Amino acid sequence: MAGATSGNQSAIPITTYGSPAPARDGVAGGGMPLQWLTTRVDDFINWARGNSIWPMTYGTACCGIEVMSVLSSHYDLARFGFEVVRFSPRQADLLIVAGTVVDKLAPVMKTIYQQMPDPKWVIAMGACASSGGFYRAYHVVQGIDEVIPVDVYVPGCPPTPEGLIYGILELKKKIERGETKPQIAARERAAQIERQG
Amino acid sequence: MSETMGPAAANPTERLLKEELGDRVLAASESHGDLAVEIRPEALLAAARLLKEHPALDYCYLMDIAAVDHLGQDPRFAVLYNFYSLRHGHRVRIRVRVPEDAPVLDSLYSLWPAADWFEREAWDLMGVQFRGHPRLVRILTHPEFVGHALRKDYHSAERHRLSRTYDLFLEEKAGAPPAE
Amino acid sequence: MTTITTPPMTPTAPERMVVNIGPQHPATHGTFRIECVLEGERIIESRTEIGYLHRCFEKMSETHDYWGVIPYTDRLNYCSPMINGVGYAMAVEKLLGITIPKRAQYIRVILSELSRIMDHMVCVGTSLVDLGAITNFWYSFRAREVIYDLLEACCGSRLTVSYVRIGGLAADLPPGWVEHCRKLIRKDIPQAISELDKLNLKNPIFRLRGQGVGVMPRERAIAWGWTGPCARASGVDYDVRRDIPYYDYDQFDWIVPVEQGGDVFSRYQVRMEEMRQSLRIIEQYLDHLPGGPVIVDDRRIALPPKNEVYTNIEALMAHFKLIMHGILPPPGEVYSCVEGGNGELGFTIISDGTRKPYRVKVRPPCFAVFQAFDEMLRGIVIADVVAILGSLNIIAGELDR
Repeated sequence: MAGATSGNQSAIPITTYGSPAPARDGVAGGGMPLQWLTTRVDDFINWARGNSIWPMTYGTACCGIEVMSVLSSHYDLARFGFEVVRFSPRQADLLIVAGTVVDKLAPVMKTIYQQMPDPKWVIAMGACASSGGFYRAYHVVQGIDEVIPVDVYVPGCPPTPEGLIYGILELKKKIERGETKPQIAARERAAQIERQG
Repeated sequence: MSETMGPAAANPTERLLKEELGDRVLAASESHGDLAVEIRPEALLAAARLLKEHPALDYCYLMDIAAVDHLGQDPRFAVLYNFYSLRHGHRVRIRVRVPEDAPVLDSLYSLWPAADWFEREAWDLMGVQFRGHPRLVRILTHPEFVGHALRKDYHSAERHRLSRTYDLFLEEKAGAPPAE
Repeated sequence: MTTITTPPMTPTAPERMVVNIGPQHPATHGTFRIECVLEGERIIESRTEIGYLHRCFEKMSETHDYWGVIPYTDRLNYCSPMINGVGYAMAVEKLLGITIPKRAQYIRVILSELSRIMDHMVCVGTSLVDLGAITNFWYSFRAREVIYDLLEACCGSRLTVSYVRIGGLAADLPPGWVEHCRKLIRKDIPQAISELDKLNLKNPIFRLRGQGVGVMPRERAIAWGWTGPCARASGVDYDVRRDIPYYDYDQFDWIVPVEQGGDVFSRYQVRMEEMRQSLRIIEQYLDHLPGGPVIVDDRRIALPPKNEVYTNIEALMAHFKLIMHGILPPPGEVYSCVEGGNGELGFTIISDGTRKPYRVKVRPPCFAVFQAFDEMLRGIVIADVVAILGSLNIIAGELDR
């Protein structure tokens, strides 16, 4: 990963956005207390982000009903920290695309993704959002990754609530590891700036 | 199950349509308990008016308009109109066939506003146009879609991408039939 | 996407604003779009646009076998999935000219009525969430979970059941299902319905927001092709189950609730009463549930039982032939309708004698209901838009297919 190769030579502590846990073999960061502290801060930030995700449910079809079931009292997504469900993209950081996305809706979904502030993550819930489902048809987007980047794909038609909760927990682990697409992109941007500058 | 559709034998529709339209009624048949009558496309509006206004018929409900592509036959398209009378409990299916080079029918919007979106769908997915419809534009597919998807010569997986969203007032003619 | 553009206007015209609602909006009923021209808070004109969930059901039915269409039918009205499958299977069985076994008919009815209860629960829950009454959402979805348990026991899936087959059902009910169902319809579901009523029926806020709002007069409702609970709330006394009876609906004791108000509150009342009537229907069908097979015996339509396929050569050959050649109905055209959650759900099926349908056309009840929405919005305040939209129970899967 980009952070591991670049950050160990300079004397100035480099705080990269969402950097991973420092290598413990003595090569990187060992013995430099300031860098150790900032990476701990990054870990803390990732842990906090993963536990207080504000989802925006973009429920288009049948998976939308399953998302509603997951948010309801029986399966209760709020116990994982997803208490605040926001319907405005400006206030959310997780876009759960639940349901089929069709060609007519694709520009709208792209705009909504662009309106979300960073850091943001995307879960493609269901077979239709992951790959078009069993609709190999003239109006159906064959997977939302044609339009926006996706972090977690949850298969199923519709996925059971347990399946969606598993997918969400995988996303949390990804955030805490620093492996979601925006985090990787930010690290690569920072590494590129450092190589140039 | 013929009892699902009610006794078609007591239905005076066939007789009254033949009296009114004469030889513009091409065929009438009963299958699976449904009464189906095929008429000439020019006679559609007159037949519809009769169905709606005659007291023994009183078809107050226009339930469905279905367009069918009989590729290889001439006339190519068939449009099926499904009517239901609440007072009498009759049902009838009127079939009208239009050729490929002039797929135009009279709109029934003036008699039943229910025809509004059903006719738009027939235009969108089959390419049959309706004279006198207030706003005949695509309804299910997007305004940049090319072709008519339910036609038999349209491949089921052929996609057209949409580049942007369209304003419904300022660009209200997007997806309309080509101007004459 | 919210863009504010002002249409061309004369210098003396008052200031108008265009507001775009959807296709993504918090009233989580699906994706459709309404663009309104407002003068202050009153709507002058509006345009509704659908098609944001057009999944090409009719084209997919032309590229699949008759039984291959059944999973697609579940996704039509996904809040009451069983009813769509029953409607489609009834149409194909009418085309084939067969009668399915009594047990299959009764089980189909029981599951359809359970689906109807689920559909109305979603409608009541989500439409009241839009008005700010979130508690109803939790209660109604909790009640749906118990029905999901029943469906999952039958067919393995909560939502998209694919339980019907041409000629009957995929499998019989599991043991203990009938007792469990009886317990639910006597205790859990009536309790949920009465809790919802306690919250809403005499609630002054709901009455203020619902009574007199979104009135659709009876004659206009018929002219627009409205059927189902929305039409019955406007005084149209039409229910496919009673007027074109199928599967012995006319042999049992239940009523069709009709209200005269035509407003949001009447639609709520009709749906609540329909849920209670569905419970009555289920109870009576459970009491009279006959034994016997759940699928027709005809080897040109239904697969033979698996143990026979493994032991008996005729069954193996019938299985092979049915899978390789498919169901081959005689060429013809048929229209068949059932009472869906929102009204008359009709299927027109045209067969050309081959294994794939030539044309399947769905008559979606929401389609006819929603096309009147522009007329209903003229002259009302924008706050009422959401109340009316919720009461119509527009399911995008059925609307756009």
